[in-house]
Amino acid sequence: MNRTALALPTSPAPAGHPGDGTPPHTPRVRAGRALSWAQVRAALPGAVRKLDPRVLRHQPVTFVVEIGAVFTTVLSIVDPSVFAWWVTVWLWFTVLFAALAESIAEARGKAQASTLRATQRQTTARKVVAGQDTLDFGSRLDLLETTVVPSASLRVGDVVVVEAGETIPGDGDVIEGVASVDESAVTGESAPVIRESGGDRSAVTGGTVVLSDRIVVRITAAAGATFVDRMIALVEGSERQRTPNEIALGVLLTSLTIVFLLAVATLQPFAVYSGQKQSVLVLVALLVCLIPTTIGALLSAIGIAGMDRLVQRNVLAMSGRAVEAAGDVDVLLLDKTGTITYGNRRAARLEPVGEVTRTELAVAARLSSLADTTPEGRSIVDLAEHSIGAGAALPVDAVLVPFSAHTRMSGVDLDLDGEPFRLRKGAGSAVRGWVRSTGARLPEDVEAHLAELVEDVSRSGGTPLVVAEQLGEAPARVLGVVHLKDVVKEGMRERFDELRAMGIRTVMVTGDNRLTAQAIAAEAGVDDFLAEATPEDKLAYIRREQSGGRLVAMAGDGTNDAPALAQSDVGVAMNTGTSAAKEAGNMVDLDSDPTKLIEIVQIGKQLLITRGALTTFSVANDVAKYFAILPAMFVGLFPQLGVLNVMHLSSPQSAILSAVIFNALIIIALIPLSLRGVRYRPAAADVLLRRNLLIYGVGGLIAPFLGIKLIDLLVSLIPGV
Amino acid sequence: MTATVWAAIGQFGILLVLLAAVHLPLGAYMARVYSSPHHTRVERAWYRTLRVDPDAEQRWSTYLLSLLGFSLASVLLLYALGRLQAHLPWNLGFSGLDPATAWNTAVSFTTNTNWQSYSGEAAAGHLLQMAGLTVQNFVSAAVGMAVAIALVRGLARSGTDARIGNFWSDLTRGALRILLPIAVVGALVLAANGVIQSLDPHTAITTITGETQQALGGPVASQEVIKVLGTNGGGFFNANSAHPFENPNALTNLVEIFLILLIPSALPRTFGLMVGDRRQGWAILGVMTGLWTVATGLLTWAELAGPGLAPSLAGAAMEGKEARFGLAGTALFGAATTGTSTGAVDSMHDSLTAPGGGVAMFTMMLGEVAPGGVGSGLYGMLVLAVLTVFIAGLMVGRTPEYAGKKIGRGEITLVALYVLTVPAAVLLGSAISVVTGPGLAGIQEAGPHGLSEVLYAFTSASNNNGSAFAGLAAGTPYFNTMTGLAMLVGRFVPIALVLALAGRLASQNTVPASAGTLPTHRPLFVGLVGAVTLVVVGLTFIPVLSLGPVVESLS
Repeated sequence: MNRTALALPTSPAPAGHPGDGTPPHTPRVRAGRALSWAQVRAALPGAVRKLDPRVLRHQPVTFVVEIGAVFTTVLSIVDPSVFAWWVTVWLWFTVLFAALAESIAEARGKAQASTLRATQRQTTARKVVAGQDTLDFGSRLDLLETTVVPSASLRVGDVVVVEAGETIPGDGDVIEGVASVDESAVTGESAPVIRESGGDRSAVTGGTVVLSDRIVVRITAAAGATFVDRMIALVEGSERQRTPNEIALGVLLTSLTIVFLLAVATLQPFAVYSGQKQSVLVLVALLVCLIPTTIGALLSAIGIAGMDRLVQRNVLAMSGRAVEAAGDVDVLLLDKTGTITYGNRRAARLEPVGEVTRTELAVAARLSSLADTTPEGRSIVDLAEHSIGAGAALPVDAVLVPFSAHTRMSGVDLDLDGEPFRLRKGAGSAVRGWVRSTGARLPEDVEAHLAELVEDVSRSGGTPLVVAEQLGEAPARVLGVVHLKDVVKEGMRERFDELRAMGIRTVMVTGDNRLTAQAIAAEAGVDDFLAEATPEDKLAYIRREQSGGRLVAMAGDGTNDAPALAQSDVGVAMNTGTSAAKEAGNMVDLDSDPTKLIEIVQIGKQLLITRGALTTFSVANDVAKYFAILPAMFVGLFPQLGVLNVMHLSSPQSAILSAVIFNALIIIALIPLSLRGVRYRPAAADVLLRRNLLIYGVGGLIAPFLGIKLIDLLVSLIPGV
Repeated sequence: MTATVWAAIGQFGILLVLLAAVHLPLGAYMARVYSSPHHTRVERAWYRTLRVDPDAEQRWSTYLLSLLGFSLASVLLLYALGRLQAHLPWNLGFSGLDPATAWNTAVSFTTNTNWQSYSGEAAAGHLLQMAGLTVQNFVSAAVGMAVAIALVRGLARSGTDARIGNFWSDLTRGALRILLPIAVVGALVLAANGVIQSLDPHTAITTITGETQQALGGPVASQEVIKVLGTNGGGFFNANSAHPFENPNALTNLVEIFLILLIPSALPRTFGLMVGDRRQGWAILGVMTGLWTVATGLLTWAELAGPGLAPSLAGAAMEGKEARFGLAGTALFGAATTGTSTGAVDSMHDSLTAPGGGVAMFTMMLGEVAPGGVGSGLYGMLVLAVLTVFIAGLMVGRTPEYAGKKIGRGEITLVALYVLTVPAAVLLGSAISVVTGPGLAGIQEAGPHGLSEVLYAFTSASNNNGSAFAGLAAGTPYFNTMTGLAMLVGRFVPIALVLALAGRLASQNTVPASAGTLPTHRPLFVGLVGAVTLVVVGLTFIPVLSLGPVVESLS
């Protein structure tokens, strides 16, 4: 894998990987990277090191196999036979394959970590020398005296100045200035991003490079505890702690191992009583076949690969617990703007009032917005030109009237054949006030029509923009209403339907009034909405849901989101957000794409499903192994047990050996699946259960019958078995 | 089809109709009993005597300590009654039980096992039978029900600090309000149909042919009814329900089967009502009914088809069975007594055909959950449901939940230990017995059947069933001690684990169900619990079964 560790789905595919050139921001559940022989070879030394009992002890199931393998090795030396050696070798293979699974999963993380480490070059920093008071409350800190120090010596609270071409020495918040920053080292995104003081885009990451301008940064993380440090630790797996569900499953696997240990250990007395003492070698073989070696071997690989899948999607989970919690989420809190709707409103319709023609309105709306560079303004021009065609550019002497919070209007003043011509657009009440101030009186019916249009647009979730014109000093007249609409992103409704099928409620959070919120909620198909939401409202909503036992996930970027992010069970902070938000959340999305929450939930579910599916498969396998081994053990004593040899295995010894070989090979066969995760399609729980049960439960019953029979056909060719 | 087959199907049908008719009212009544805030006057007096506060909600640990304290007192009292019998009135002249037998009997009746290593008519006087054994028949059953209700409360409650009810109140109400009224009615029905009820001593009479015979007497009906109702199984006489004074005819046979299944089959309804989702109750009942129907079908088929040399020579597998019940009645009784933790027998299970005996043994090995003992059946099945949810629940992509409770590390540890305990007792007990001198000495027949005898004994004791395969000379100090230990471990370790589980569940908040939650009331889940039960038990016991009943059956 030579791909940049954290290369984005949005980044251009590196040469040699044409298959990855997917269009930006296309939601998809990507199949995991294929397993190559090179990877397996690279992971082998690590796997061999894992055979050390002190390391293996932490995987009880595999540890039991290793003890068994040691036993059979001794037995084979003491009393050598072809059969004994074959069994012994394959028992060792079983242990090795189990170690290999974990080793391969870890190796992937290590490759990613080493690319990240490259960003951690030893750099220097220009530290501002001043008293704490000045640092905390002073201004124009960049003019103060600085001293050059190694970036490793920076402490939290230090203030540094970074200029174009310099590397930002550590994680921090921009407290002065604005700069474009190349963050590709961390995010893989090549386009530079703007970082500025005071807003929700103030956080900078150590190791990224300032491309233009100069910023003053207050350091928020000490060297060794920075974001990149944490990322390295996470992807490398060095800080990996087993997650609650993984531990619980481990308990079950251990107890199953004990059950089978009991069943096999007590079989010897029963065999002695029945008159045929069994060889320890055969009993060990039986034990290894029965204990859940498959899932025991793959359990930690599944966990590591789950984290890895998140990293591939540019999401950093600060704890594995959060990944699991993502699968359990019941409520998803999504911000309206930028997540459910495009960030900006767009002009959707032009509604002339009274006797004004649509063309008249379109011309006026276009002219009034030509100078408006906001996406809203551009969308009005687009819409108008769509109906009347492209027109002339604004004359050079046009005077722009910018929008102000005071007038709540914007527009343009033109000179039309010597007479001043004023165009205004803005909120209904503001424009009407302006019209009245020019001495105009609207006829009753026009007034009523206008009110109706404004009301209609509001009710449908849009924003009405009233357009008016004044020629000379004559009374102004109202031309009509531009319907600005929050445009719901394509495909959102389907995604929410999917989520609903998965049992997840989506809640839209917006600062809009109730009426508008309601209309957009209905259009987008969310289950609930939180209108005129303040950060406190959000927090209260999350607490209320949690007190009902539900798990809540949300995405946020601002400092005021931090309490809600901290309170939620899965809090995804946007990488563009503030350090406070990143600190509060338990995941960071490097793409800063809030809709990724949905993918995170799916990855969480996929992780749990993979564990469940392989556990079921592993246990279901045992049935066939009994049919292979038990008749083989006792057919000499009780010939009637031969009828249980339903697979017609060629000899007792080959039956036992075939079961052992199958047991080892199935681990190797399932490593790709455990790294990739089982296929997951959003569906209701009962549908998922039925499908997975059919594949992994019933499949797990049948597969070993076929596998053992096939292996037996080959094994029976070995002379001496 | 032959008449016998029709008789078997007919009996089974009548039984199901009767059980179905009382299912809803009895289930609802029991839910009310355990939820009502009121105490009767008698109960209040009893609580004052015990100096307990019946309204104090107990944490699981206190609940468990109360239960263990009560059971220890029961064991000691019963032991004393047995040992001191010679010095007590109404002893019919019997001497005291020897220490090993007294210990075994005391443990046996306190653990609701009712394994009998003594012979009722030859060792136990009326006082021991009435004040000792019958009383334990009531209270040990009430203890089992209390534990089940505590677990149900754990599932139903939300966010308590592990409080799961009050043991003394649950115990008393179970005995006085549920078992006693049904027992009175049942005793009258049995007595009216020929089960004896007197305080007469056993007397020697001379028959018309001039021979001397023991005419047995005793308060049999009153003990018989609770023996079956409380899924106890300890017979007044050695021959248990095969004895004509305990079970005179085909009608009483059916009544006894009905009483055995009555409470275990109604408890799922109580569970459904108490957790506020009746469908959960139906699902649990579905698993129990499914497993039991299959077991009954197999056992009946085994007996009717009568595989084996001796039955085919004799024409039917009637050896050791009562002609008045017929093969169908015998098989149905056998399935009921092993499917529950009753252990009463109306035939000697040693005389079941090889596959029949294997089915009886396997039904017990399931952990007696189909439908299981009073209370123990429900809590055993709920534990298996939790296990199923854990294994299968992951496959829907959520942390497994049952009845709105998350199954995490703590819960699954308790469940795993529960599932581990009884098989460990069975396998270790049997294994030790087949390779040690005193164990081998008790085995009557060599070969696979001998292994079946030992395995059956420890399966029966560890699962608190109490039925005997016969054949095994279990009255020795060795077997008395070993089976006594198996009974203690098989009863109280699981109870402690279940109560701990109940406490953990009660302190959790309930998660509301959504489309993403694994539905635990659909047929798919019912089938899954059944499959998990069969696979887990099967994988544990198949090796040893293959050397015993399987080999026998294939002969």
